[in-house]
Amino acid sequence: MAAETAKVDPMKQFAIEPIAGTQGWEIAGFNIAFTNSAMWMLITTVVLFLFVLGGMKRELVPGRWQMMVETFTGFIDNMLEANIGKEGRKYVPYVFSLFMFILVANLIGLLPLGLVGVHPFTFTSHFTVTGVLAIISFSIVLIVGFWKHGLHFFSLFVPHGTPLPMVPVIAPIEFISFMVRPFSLALRLFVAMMAGHVLLKVLSSFVIDGTNAGAGFGALVGLPSFLLMIGISALEILVAGIQAYVFALLTSLYINDAEHLH
Amino acid sequence: MPQIAQLAETWSSQVFWLLVFFGITFFVIGKGMVPKVMNTVAERDGQIAADLAAAKAARDAADEQEEAWRVKENENRAAAQAIVAKAKDEAAAKSEKKLAAAQKRIDKKLADAETQIDEARTEALAEVESVAVEAAQDIVKTLAGVKVTKPVATKAVKEQMAHG
Repeated sequence: MAAETAKVDPMKQFAIEPIAGTQGWEIAGFNIAFTNSAMWMLITTVVLFLFVLGGMKRELVPGRWQMMVETFTGFIDNMLEANIGKEGRKYVPYVFSLFMFILVANLIGLLPLGLVGVHPFTFTSHFTVTGVLAIISFSIVLIVGFWKHGLHFFSLFVPHGTPLPMVPVIAPIEFISFMVRPFSLALRLFVAMMAGHVLLKVLSSFVIDGTNAGAGFGALVGLPSFLLMIGISALEILVAGIQAYVFALLTSLYINDAEHLH
Repeated sequence: MPQIAQLAETWSSQVFWLLVFFGITFFVIGKGMVPKVMNTVAERDGQIAADLAAAKAARDAADEQEEAWRVKENENRAAAQAIVAKAKDEAAAKSEKKLAAAQKRIDKKLADAETQIDEARTEALAEVESVAVEAAQDIVKTLAGVKVTKPVATKAVKEQMAHG
């Protein structure tokens, strides 16, 4: 490493590369190469499957693992019950899948697997992915809203107690804020994950470049950067959880709008 | 930024695989496994509630039995105390009766004894009198040579004895 000019590209970690032999895969002209991103989605799914499988022992007195899984399902159940009410229970499978999928993806993306030569890929740092998840959530809101309330769903844009003359002003604002929801959902997760990973990579480049530049720079720049990285890694673990929670929480709030209007 | 730079070539693959894997997550894990986990929790909650209810019922029954036992116990105690009191009363009455009878007997004996003593004393006194009379007659006869009749002597002796 010292031989070549050590250059850490903080954006390299987000690059998508097809895994060998899948470059030509297509459906109806659309490329569906099995990429490193897809690989980590697969890993996320398998890890999540194994995690929940460990909680399926169905014992009357739960063990630690079962307790952990039940804590997560109970957490989502409570959140939906608090935000939506009894009708919220039927969304538990979706919101649980959403929350756990994002959470596991975020956490796996943070694992220091680079040390053993594997490059973790955080697919939640791609707005293509977060966008699709946001669109799914938004679609559920629209479908539930129109299914339950029909055209009455549009009254969502006129909050209760709005004076009649204000309706033409309020309604467009409400409409815009409604339409912004999927973007805010998708961008929040994407930006949070990407920013954290970029920050860690930039700091790691300080560590590497500083150390390569000599012992003095290493002590002056490399060491503080490394200490900062440790702190920020802890912060990123927190952010991974918070962002998954925020995504699930906002989804449940939006579904509440669809279920109950205002 | 690869997210934008690679967008055109990779978006279809990203969307496709996300739908595949998130679909698997949703249908297999979310729809298939999570409800079972939640059922287990609900069953456990139900079991706990049922157990608690059973425990409460058992405790209530125990309380009831204890109360019944207490009532019965109090009754028994009251009955026992009544019996004891009755026995005591009876015993007291009996002993009183016996005492009264004994007292009566003693009183009677005492009275008898006193009467006897009185009689004896009277007899003795009479004897002393007659002896004194005879002595007085003898003395008078011897000293004065006068023969005193018995009634006179008796009268004189009685006078002397009355004077002490």
